[in-house]
Amino acid sequence: VPAEDALAFFREAHDFRNLRLVEAENGDFGETMARLLVFSTARLALLEALRQSGDHVLAAVAEKGVKEVAYHRDYSARWFLTLARGTDESRRRVVAGLAAVWPYVDEAFAADPVETRLAEAGVGVDPGSVRGAFDAVLDQVLAVSRVDRPDVAPMAAVRGRTGRQGLHTEALSRMLATMQVVARAHPEGRW
Amino acid sequence: VSGRGRATAAPSVRELAGRVVDPEMPMLTLADLGVLRDVAVHDRGVTVTITPTYAGCPALATMRDDLVRVLTEAGHGPVEVAVQLAPAWSSDDITAHGREQLRRHGLSAPGAAPDRSGPVPLSLGPTRREVACPRCGARADLTSEFGPTACTALYACSACGEPFEHVKEI
Repeated sequence: VPAEDALAFFREAHDFRNLRLVEAENGDFGETMARLLVFSTARLALLEALRQSGDHVLAAVAEKGVKEVAYHRDYSARWFLTLARGTDESRRRVVAGLAAVWPYVDEAFAADPVETRLAEAGVGVDPGSVRGAFDAVLDQVLAVSRVDRPDVAPMAAVRGRTGRQGLHTEALSRMLATMQVVARAHPEGRW
Repeated sequence: VSGRGRATAAPSVRELAGRVVDPEMPMLTLADLGVLRDVAVHDRGVTVTITPTYAGCPALATMRDDLVRVLTEAGHGPVEVAVQLAPAWSSDDITAHGREQLRRHGLSAPGAAPDRSGPVPLSLGPTRREVACPRCGARADLTSEFGPTACTALYACSACGEPFEHVKEI
């Protein structure tokens, strides 16, 4: 099994290090756009900073990523605006969607000790350092959309662990079950 | 190639590599698309360096396989395909010939790519572009900024009504 397939298809949920923000199920389109807006805004800010990495491969990946994630941020921001200023129903759903994803936002800016060490070495970025850039962009979208920041508490860590330390929601297990079943049934398959 | 070590590729090897087509837009060769960065012939075969248009583009694996197959069949093996990330590919890298090929196949070629060196400004309105219909040359109107793939937007001609894809500036 190639290394990239092993990472994608043969790890259990607790071995994944993604934010809990990105594992919630797609369902309501308003919620999906709110989540994409929040995630792509945070990730674009991170990649913009990572372009200055002392590691030339990471800097190159970041430079390319900036171009591409800008697409996703524009896509979700325009949809957010369209839905928020559309009908009462579309507005209700995108506002509810933002409130549903908001508890997971802080996690995107909390540094894991590994990230702190990489940032100190000039290789990585402390995600907390781009919170200001994230807030500035998000506030613009919310102002034009006439939507207030949700007043909801952040989702707590469990014994100090969040997604970055392998603590996930049930949604990740359900997603992995779907995404990994074919590869696990046919580990030597080629197509 | 005579002598030892690296040498500039003989035109035939570069031409062969440059003729391999993009699997998604087969009217464009890798040379037209601007993804062919280097072709080097050395004692132990050929090294072709390409750059991805979009990270994670599945076409990259097909390009790699096609390069290896075409050059190996022409007797230039073994062939190594290296992937170069920096500088990142830009739609500005599409050649004049590539742009003409796009038009001849009913697609609109990208304008100048935006400068992405600083923070990316938020863009909440439709992207402003002067797009001409690839069929009749008249002004075209935006149908959707987000087309069937990440690299295209949808337009329709204001004169002849032709719907077409515009390759985005990136």
